[in-house]
Amino acid sequence: MEPNNLCTVERRGRVHLITLTGAGEHRLSPALLSAIRSAVAASAGAGALVLSAEGKFFSNGFDQAWARTAPLHLHSTMDGGFRALVADLLELPMPTVAAVTGHAAAAGCALALAHDSVVMRGSRGFLFMSEVHAGIKIVDFLAELMREKVPDAVNRRDLLLRGDKMSAAEAVRRGIVDKAIDGGVEDVVNAAVAEAEKLAARGWDGEVVAEIRKAVWPKVWDKAKDYGADAPAAARPRL
Amino acid sequence: MCTLEQHGNVFVLTLTGDDEHPLGLPLIASLSSAVASAKAAAASAGPGAALVTVAEGRFFSNGLDIGWAGTSRTRLMELADALRPLAADLLALPMPTVAAVTGHASAGGFLLALCHDYRVMRADRGVLYMSEIDIGLPLPSYFVSMFRAKVTAANALRDVLLRGTKLRAAEAKEMGIVDAVCPGPTETVAKAIKLAEQLAARKWDGDVYASIRISIFPEACKSVGIVEESDEEKVKNFASRM
Repeated sequence: MEPNNLCTVERRGRVHLITLTGAGEHRLSPALLSAIRSAVAASAGAGALVLSAEGKFFSNGFDQAWARTAPLHLHSTMDGGFRALVADLLELPMPTVAAVTGHAAAAGCALALAHDSVVMRGSRGFLFMSEVHAGIKIVDFLAELMREKVPDAVNRRDLLLRGDKMSAAEAVRRGIVDKAIDGGVEDVVNAAVAEAEKLAARGWDGEVVAEIRKAVWPKVWDKAKDYGADAPAAARPRL
Repeated sequence: MCTLEQHGNVFVLTLTGDDEHPLGLPLIASLSSAVASAKAAAASAGPGAALVTVAEGRFFSNGLDIGWAGTSRTRLMELADALRPLAADLLALPMPTVAAVTGHASAGGFLLALCHDYRVMRADRGVLYMSEIDIGLPLPSYFVSMFRAKVTAANALRDVLLRGTKLRAAEAKEMGIVDAVCPGPTETVAKAIKLAEQLAARKWDGDVYASIRISIFPEACKSVGIVEESDEEKVKNFASRM
């Protein structure tokens, strides 16, 4: 993977660990999405993947500031880039774990939930679908991803329609994330890596993991599949 | 049949009278008109409104007016067809909605309560009950869509639709069907209005709120005839604000 100042990759045992670097909001701009996709592609040969972040934020969602200055015809590169990243994660031939080390809002929250498992920092940070407060309608792909990953009607309403800021404890209680981890960013990362290592140790056939995962989340896969790295070039939109 | 009052930024829709508030054509028309009035009033007032639906007497509503329908399947279908657009109006309403289940809510009455975003129910009396299985009536498909959308706890859907379980407030809360339980009808109404005030105070853009509601329950909304906006239409709305 080309070095960049947006994210790093490292191997810890069988785990391919991606870290969104810096103290910023890790807004999902086309550039960051592209960097994460490269980092995901570099996971070949690993047994499991972890996505984590430095600082106060996991990701605060799409880069609206960029969208304000970019010409309208380029806006699809952000939506398309996000779909492509989700497609890459859905068809990744290994288990995936999100280490929600800080605030995960809007598309940042959806990105975390696009992983197979989610561990979240207990003491700080919220899951926050902020759109209702910001006056932003939720586009179909984002809604589909949230619907598949948050099947409970009350959870869906509270998270998306009421825009609750959900702590890790609350999210665990509701079954939206898997574990709340005490401590700092490093503790959450270590817990996520440990979880990923356990999953890697199952020795599952990666292709089977990918096939079963796509079958378990068929609606979001169907809406993402033409965007991913392995999509047939004819189907893939030009981003 | 029903009244609409405004208390600050909360619209209170009351099913009046001591009867079962059967959903016949006149009551459905009356409710539709009231909902439309609330929507129009809120449109001119700007963001920050909410709707509470309450009922007088021992019943919230016992559903479609099967007394009027009698043995006529045609009449029954006519009632189901008339209720569908009211359900759509509630699901597309550009403000948060709260049902104060102040009495029995069965069949179409239960559906009416489910068409709201939140439900507050009295503990002392009254049940939520889908009676169709016991009476031997089939369910309109949009009824099933609504229940499938909103009743997602394990076995809850089966218990409610296929077993005709009568739910007191506490059990309904366990199943995620009711959000808050209050001792009696006065407290139920007060709590529902308070909840509505809190929701209205968020000053959410009504159009955005309705859009997000549709995007979290798309199949139910489609089943009552709501056509969801395309992404282009949704984004156009945002682009024009930037």
